[in-house]
Amino acid sequence: MDAMVRELSYAQAIQEAMAIAMDMDERVFLMGEDIGVYGGAFQVTGDLVERYGTDRVLDTPISELGGAGVAVGAAVTGMRPIFEFQFSDFATLAMEQIVNQAAKMRFMLGGEVSVPVVMRFPAGSGTGAAAQHSQSLEAWLGHVPGLKVIQPATPYDAKGMLLAAVADPDPVMIFEHKLLYKAKGPVPEGYYTVPIGKADIRREGRDLTIVATSIMVQKALDAAATLEAEGIDVEVVDLRTIRPMDKQTVIDSVKKTSRLMCVYEAVKTLGIGAEVSAMIAESEAFDYLDAPIVRLGGAETPIPYNPELEKATVPQVPDIITAARDLVKGVR
Amino acid sequence: MAGASKAVADSRANLPFVYRQYSAEQLKQVLYKMYLIRRFEEGAEESYTRGLIHGTMHLSIGQEASAMGICMPLGEDDQITSTHRGHGHCIAKGAEVKRMFAEFFGKTTGYCKGRGGSMHIADVAKGNLGANGIVGGGIPIAVGAALSSKMMKTGKVVVSFFGDGANNEGAFHEALNMAAVWKLPVIFVCENNGYGMSTSTARSTAVKNIADRAAAYSMPGVIVNGNIFSEVAEASYKAVERARAGEGPTLIESKTYRHRGHSKSDRNRYRTKEEIEDWMSNRDPITLFENELREFGFIDDKGIEAIREAVAREIADGIEFAKTSPSPDVSETGNYVYTEQA
Repeated sequence: MDAMVRELSYAQAIQEAMAIAMDMDERVFLMGEDIGVYGGAFQVTGDLVERYGTDRVLDTPISELGGAGVAVGAAVTGMRPIFEFQFSDFATLAMEQIVNQAAKMRFMLGGEVSVPVVMRFPAGSGTGAAAQHSQSLEAWLGHVPGLKVIQPATPYDAKGMLLAAVADPDPVMIFEHKLLYKAKGPVPEGYYTVPIGKADIRREGRDLTIVATSIMVQKALDAAATLEAEGIDVEVVDLRTIRPMDKQTVIDSVKKTSRLMCVYEAVKTLGIGAEVSAMIAESEAFDYLDAPIVRLGGAETPIPYNPELEKATVPQVPDIITAARDLVKGVR
Repeated sequence: MAGASKAVADSRANLPFVYRQYSAEQLKQVLYKMYLIRRFEEGAEESYTRGLIHGTMHLSIGQEASAMGICMPLGEDDQITSTHRGHGHCIAKGAEVKRMFAEFFGKTTGYCKGRGGSMHIADVAKGNLGANGIVGGGIPIAVGAALSSKMMKTGKVVVSFFGDGANNEGAFHEALNMAAVWKLPVIFVCENNGYGMSTSTARSTAVKNIADRAAAYSMPGVIVNGNIFSEVAEASYKAVERARAGEGPTLIESKTYRHRGHSKSDRNRYRTKEEIEDWMSNRDPITLFENELREFGFIDDKGIEAIREAVAREIADGIEFAKTSPSPDVSETGNYVYTEQA
């Protein structure tokens, strides 16, 4: 019998996943800043502290580097910590532990240990929080062998991928777009997983492949609905995992549509779009391309405070529509 | 570990801590291991000079009493995190020198299968979670291991070794604070050898003693002469007891000295020959311990000579083992990046 499916918000889906993980495995615990009675800066942990107590929903001091290191140390010695960063920007304070320790410990020790830690990063712009609370730094971590980096775009994936992350023996970094927390979608009750490393074709189409991540998936789908009325049939690939990347799904899609556009919120240069574009240029799909690849990414600036400027900094639905139309019609 | 019997203990009532606490056999084993650390590092240094080991290494020659003293009250299940100057910690926690040599030689029989080398030497089975190339990198990890101990109720105590340089890293302060707030079974051991690379503690550190910083985190701060085995072991013993009783962390500052430079690139421009000579001639930890053992009647010259010979054999065998062990195949470069899943 299929599990009951409800409409849950993205934040509720994550919270449910964490509760299920804690119910299933006593080694799982949550740690982070103000995740207890406060419920987390974005209310993702919510009232979990009331159900699981302060030992398993552990408020940390404002010590991102130390906290990340404690999570790594606990993971190496038998626990399954889920460490919440209050904002993904604060990963910059903990890069040492993430990049030098979590990512490399298994390798440096010749496979003698695993580091089953999950780190959650509320990311992205759109909340008026300005330059130090709005970044999209997933490509930074995606550059590091030893880490797995995921960006679920729907409540369903948020729950299933978090449960997959908790079950994973290696460090998994989850980038959650803050504007998605209130987005609703169907989520089955109970335990299920969505595999890490597998992209999802969210809309099939013949004329153009849009590879999108996180919140840009919905924007690409909205753009595709408008473009459909103009006779442009867009395929939307939700990358979901940026390391290890599901190359084959993207290659197969581009071979079908012969056009590729990458849409992501992070700064355009040296980002996920560059990686996907290069991957296609190196693959057998290159011969199928009918037009140059297009990247739509964030502006080459910090995120501004002013709401109009802030919006202008990252790709919006009209930008995607225009770029897709030009690409399909051969406008350069 | 079975210690000295009651009758023996009574006869040693006026001796320093370790001579009351441990059996003659245990103490001779300590001397053996102090020599093993010294000769291991000399052997590694010689192998480096002869081109058999590449990269670099950080030798702890002169700090053997600190490693042995801290590890003396630890059981095999207890855990440590170590530093770039971590060969002594590794041996003190029970590692075999042949597998350490093999690691330095980059061989598959090494503790890290040739992937880590000197700076990442580890022996997880014996509780050594690894040396660390990042100054202060292991300190929060030790706190995490102690959190595991508390949550899983394993009774394990975790020791985090670090140097004086690390006490000015943010990780040190964040980790000590969390360990104190959560009353975790962890012991912070600062082996203060006077210099963070070339910069003296006087020039780098605002407090006179690193142990003074314990006050900021409401934990005991203990200063010991790191070159006197008994002093170090006694402080460690008390800290372990406190940790096991659930009373929380301790910061031990073990004042010591490295005879060698920071690493193989050191031109030794920041300290005088006289200073080094003084520490080598008058405060060598092995000589000091040996003299005490002899003076208190635990060993004679013949016994010492037997230990030196046995250590020399173990070192020679270890180097031979490393030399004759296989190297990893280049096709296996990608192994261990992720956990292999069936």
